[in-house]
Amino acid sequence: MLRYTEYPPRGYRVRVSTYWWTGRRAYLRFILRELSSIFVAWFVLETLFQINALAGGPSAYSDFEQFLRNPVVIASNVISFLFVLFHAVTWFNLSPKAMAVRLGGKRVPAALIAGPNYVAWVLISAGVAWLILRG
Amino acid sequence: MLDLSSHDVLLVGGGAAGLRAAIAVAEINPNLSVAVVSKVYPMRSHTVSAEGGAAGVARQDDSLDEHAYDTISGGDWLPDQDAVEGFVKEAPQELMRLEHWGCPWNREPDGRVAVRPFGGMKKERTWFAADKTGFHLLHTLFQTSLKYNAVARYDEFYATRLLADDGQVQGVVSIELASGKVQAITAKAVILCTGGCGRVFPFTTNAAIKTGDGMALAYRAGAPLKDMEFVQYHPTGLPFTGILITEAARAEGGYMLNKDGYRYLQDYNLGKPHPQPVLRSMELGPRDRLSQAFVKEYEKGRTIEGPYGAVVHLDLRHLGEKKINAKLPFVRELCLKYENLDPVKELIPVRPVVHYMMGGVHTDPDGATPLKGLYAAGEAACVSINGANRLGSNSLTECLVFGARAGRAAAQFASVQRAPERHLLAQAVDEEARLQDRFLQKSGGRERLSNIRDEMQQTMEQSAGIYRSRESLEQAAEKLSELQERFQDAGLDDRSHAFNTELIAALELSCMLDVAESIIHSALHRTESRGAHQRTDFPVRDDEKFLAHSLVTRCPDGTPEVTYAPVTITRWPPAERVYGK
Amino acid sequence: MAEQIALEITRYSPERDKTPSMEEFEVPLRKEWVVLDALNYIKDKVDGSLSFRWSCRMGVCGSCGMMVNGEPKLTCATFLNDYAPGPIRVEPLKNFPVMRDLIVEISDFLAKLSKVKPWLIRKKEKPISEGEYLQTPEELDSYRQFSMCINCLLCYAACPVYGLDPLFAGPAALALAQRYNMDSRDEGKSERLDVLSQHDGIWGCTFVGECTQVCPKHVDPAGAIQQYKLTAAQEWVKSLLMPWGGK
Repeated sequence: MLRYTEYPPRGYRVRVSTYWWTGRRAYLRFILRELSSIFVAWFVLETLFQINALAGGPSAYSDFEQFLRNPVVIASNVISFLFVLFHAVTWFNLSPKAMAVRLGGKRVPAALIAGPNYVAWVLISAGVAWLILRG
Repeated sequence: MLDLSSHDVLLVGGGAAGLRAAIAVAEINPNLSVAVVSKVYPMRSHTVSAEGGAAGVARQDDSLDEHAYDTISGGDWLPDQDAVEGFVKEAPQELMRLEHWGCPWNREPDGRVAVRPFGGMKKERTWFAADKTGFHLLHTLFQTSLKYNAVARYDEFYATRLLADDGQVQGVVSIELASGKVQAITAKAVILCTGGCGRVFPFTTNAAIKTGDGMALAYRAGAPLKDMEFVQYHPTGLPFTGILITEAARAEGGYMLNKDGYRYLQDYNLGKPHPQPVLRSMELGPRDRLSQAFVKEYEKGRTIEGPYGAVVHLDLRHLGEKKINAKLPFVRELCLKYENLDPVKELIPVRPVVHYMMGGVHTDPDGATPLKGLYAAGEAACVSINGANRLGSNSLTECLVFGARAGRAAAQFASVQRAPERHLLAQAVDEEARLQDRFLQKSGGRERLSNIRDEMQQTMEQSAGIYRSRESLEQAAEKLSELQERFQDAGLDDRSHAFNTELIAALELSCMLDVAESIIHSALHRTESRGAHQRTDFPVRDDEKFLAHSLVTRCPDGTPEVTYAPVTITRWPPAERVYGK
Repeated sequence: MAEQIALEITRYSPERDKTPSMEEFEVPLRKEWVVLDALNYIKDKVDGSLSFRWSCRMGVCGSCGMMVNGEPKLTCATFLNDYAPGPIRVEPLKNFPVMRDLIVEISDFLAKLSKVKPWLIRKKEKPISEGEYLQTPEELDSYRQFSMCINCLLCYAACPVYGLDPLFAGPAALALAQRYNMDSRDEGKSERLDVLSQHDGIWGCTFVGECTQVCPKHVDPAGAIQQYKLTAAQEWVKSLLMPWGGK
């Protein structure tokens, strides 16, 4: 008689390679998405430092601005920004998967659920840009 | 070394009948130990391929008597009417039980279970889950069976013989596929639910696993096989693959067309064509008549020549994309995936293919065989409710009704039996030695299994197809005994133990050869035409001599012997089968 | 001589070999042949010891899943022609222990399937004589997609989480749990929540999404899991706000 157990002892197990994520484009995309959390964290830290500098007075803030002008920081911010964009897109695309909304007996198409997220995102970004750039 | 384990009731086969029986045992007496031995994981069983639906009276305008009459006339008065009456009465309850277990039956807008029309049925009484009814039914049963701790399973164990003591069946000898270990599993009662044997034919809707193992096990143990000459050809299979296009395609309004685009069934006493489907008429006639009409069309040169022989066309185009997607999504999927054509826009080439065995292990209406302790249910068994021709959508219901009945009967029987004696083990030791000598350690062996199998299949198609004659059947009998001889000289490439699928293929082939012989000899002796058994040399039904079940038993020298048993008639005296009126 | 195509096939016998190896076979390239037909041709005509599982040959029994050129596929629905001129690499499903040639050990899945209670749970059973539990076509439609799983396990072969952490319940088992959760007749959601909301349950899933991509029956296990995460999170918030029990 068989009593099934998880992780059965039978058979030849192939070890998963450390570089398994290079084998397939989808896996690579997944790993990059996971990696993007580091860059999100970097932006969070940067913002915290910015607030701290703001509280420390004009000279502290201009030191902070000086730091931002460093080419290394600019480069890392550009890279981080791309990763954060990527992160946001994957997150919005996930929303229709997680929310199965049904109206009139039919499932609402994915585009109608992800769409408003994108619209809100663009609008808020535009608002923020207007606040910053108008003056 | 040999393993031994013991249960009260043992199921061989884990399809609809087997799982339903196992649950019945667990429910009637939770103290009984019940086990399912299956050569595949239960959810792989061939029940999974059934498409159209399961019959059971469900509507006010329908009655049990009408279901019984359709079944009896569809079976050309060969079904036992007491069995049919019990069957139609329990059918709705069993289907409702499946509903309570979670089967996703299609629904009416008010939430009740929906029913659809089906071939040979005068009223709409076919419960369906889109066109994957068998799949949903099997998975519902399998998943429900998981909640019964009393049900033990031996998945991927192949039963090689029945253990019997003094004429009483007390278990099986089996091979665990993963290790190749031979194991005796004893039980107070054994139920065979191993399905049919469509694979003895070359062109079949049946899955690779349908090799008649249970029929052969019973036959070799001395149980008679009943009505084996009745082989159902389904009129609409895809060429080459034999994939089934469900009868529901015609029930929803599909047309059968010959090479001139003509609905040829009107020439064969099946009624006049109407644009809308008419029950028990034209495309909704019974399967035997439709398959026979194909052969006649072929003889008139009105079929279409395809790369895999003659075909006719099934036309669904006028149903429209919406209806096809809603009611026949699997048909569309199969056509797109396996034939590279879209039934919304194109004609589907189809031809008759072997689909179902009306015959099987002889049982009474409780599933008991003449051998003490041995039961059978489902396609492996012949009660008989199907007679000379089964109606579409009766077989899934049959698995449920008679699976449950056999389960209950076997449970009762097992409750009053003593445990099997340990000396049965000697038989298992013998069997292990036989497998070693005959296959794994055998030197020489010149015949390839696949050659013997192919020749057997061709022989069956040519001699015991839709039309048969004495000449063709006698040739087949001779050929099959030659193949039996040659099988003795078969050699295996694979001598290892773990997952030796070639060893299993050899054991399956030997089952198929035995079952094929039983079909040929039963067909040879029935010198009349009835239902699916059409003799060109005896073209009419002969109720005087053959309103009787054939029983084929194996003589000690291995040759089949055919006798007859009376048909039970209760309320419906034999009459002419009339369709299209 | 008809056109041929080469197949590179994994061979492994636990009695003979320490590790799996590849063997090459030539088969006729026919336009209607699928990979499974080629394997059967080899078994029948060339080497009877080649072992693999198959049965229905119509994509519904779920037996014949294998890796074809590195992708999990049902070999009964994978045409040779699509890979011409070849060679075609046929390997056992990834992430499962190999038992023999192309056969993998799947009992791990069966253990996991039982764990998620894939059956209808009712607080009170209605007698059969009282008829069906009513369910509208819309209610049926809300879970039907998840009921289409044929247990072919292509999704497990595509799931890197399952490869790295074999204790993860995996896509098919979780989708089937969600199939019953969404069924209007079922009352077992809270019973299943206890199993599913564990670390090895839904939270193991990092939404790679490949399970949905490879599913031959369009079950969308990734969607099922994400939906369930939302439910579980809502339940968690509820239990925080209503510690006295709002279940």
